[in-house]
Amino acid sequence: MSKFRKDDSKELPEVSTASLPDIVFMLLFFFMSTTTMREVTLNVKITLPQATELSKLEKKSLVSYIYVGTPQPQFQKMFGTEPRIQLNDQFAEVSDIPDFITSERQAHNEAEVPQMITSLKVDEYTKMGIVTDIKQELRKISALHINYSSRKRVN
Amino acid sequence: MVSKKKVPGIPSSSLADIAFLLLIFFLVSTTMDVDSGLERKLPPMPPEGQEDTPPIKERNVFVVLVNAKNQLLVEGELTRVEDLREKAKNFMANPNNDASLPEKTVKDVPYFGPTPITKGIISLRNDVGTQYKMYIAVQNELVGAINDLREELSIQKFGRSFNSLNLDHKQSIQEIYPSRISEAEPKRVGDK
Repeated sequence: MSKFRKDDSKELPEVSTASLPDIVFMLLFFFMSTTTMREVTLNVKITLPQATELSKLEKKSLVSYIYVGTPQPQFQKMFGTEPRIQLNDQFAEVSDIPDFITSERQAHNEAEVPQMITSLKVDEYTKMGIVTDIKQELRKISALHINYSSRKRVN
Repeated sequence: MVSKKKVPGIPSSSLADIAFLLLIFFLVSTTMDVDSGLERKLPPMPPEGQEDTPPIKERNVFVVLVNAKNQLLVEGELTRVEDLREKAKNFMANPNNDASLPEKTVKDVPYFGPTPITKGIISLRNDVGTQYKMYIAVQNELVGAINDLREELSIQKFGRSFNSLNLDHKQSIQEIYPSRISEAEPKRVGDK
């Protein structure tokens, strides 16, 4: 008996937590460097269509987004329920797109301008009329590289 | 002798808590989603005063029409979206040199030697009232058809997937199966 009791008094040493802050800091820096803050609040409701032949958008800083969809409920009194265009944080008309693209271009180096991509985030129930108008505007200002944003289709 | 007074160290036990707090904030606010989509190039605006495009033989054009009711008409036939890919592949490849399918011109392609290359063009026209969902589905099938053909050729020739090929090999395959999808200006028929 006494033999066992003797063993009891020898306690296991606790796991050292001294390195815990270091580990947490490491994770923290990882997330800090990978995070991209959401830049715009969506004023329109968008459900992206599904597709299989997707390609990824590589350089996010070179992408300008055009959102099209029905306004969120709190905006429906002012803007109705028909699909609308959103550029940056506000509702816009088709005629505002050239200005938008120009200002996006001015924010970048001249060398980077040819690599810029316009991503169209369009709700799947939108009619093509508005999308075609947008495409025509983009052609006029020769922002020809576009990306129809869509979700991966799961079979 | 003056006794040394020890300066108490700043307690660092709460360091972990602070770091955790920051960590959780960044964890919550981070968005890891990768943006992806169908990549397309728009045609440049035609220069002022240009006449209509030169006529193209009918056998070289693969006409895809989508109306406001989201119905699909391919080469004059009502088709389901699921069958579009096969039809487009058959059109672009024209394996039996059918007289009603596009002509081919022989051209010297690096790594392949003289190869017959199709002159086919896919023409997509949609209505103003077409749903975007349908449009993307059709675009997806057409892009998929060309991707499939490239993939098959790549496996057959190099024994590897198209995406793993180097740039030169890719370019010569792209030359054999060019991505020629033309979008006509939409007609305002059957609108509302």
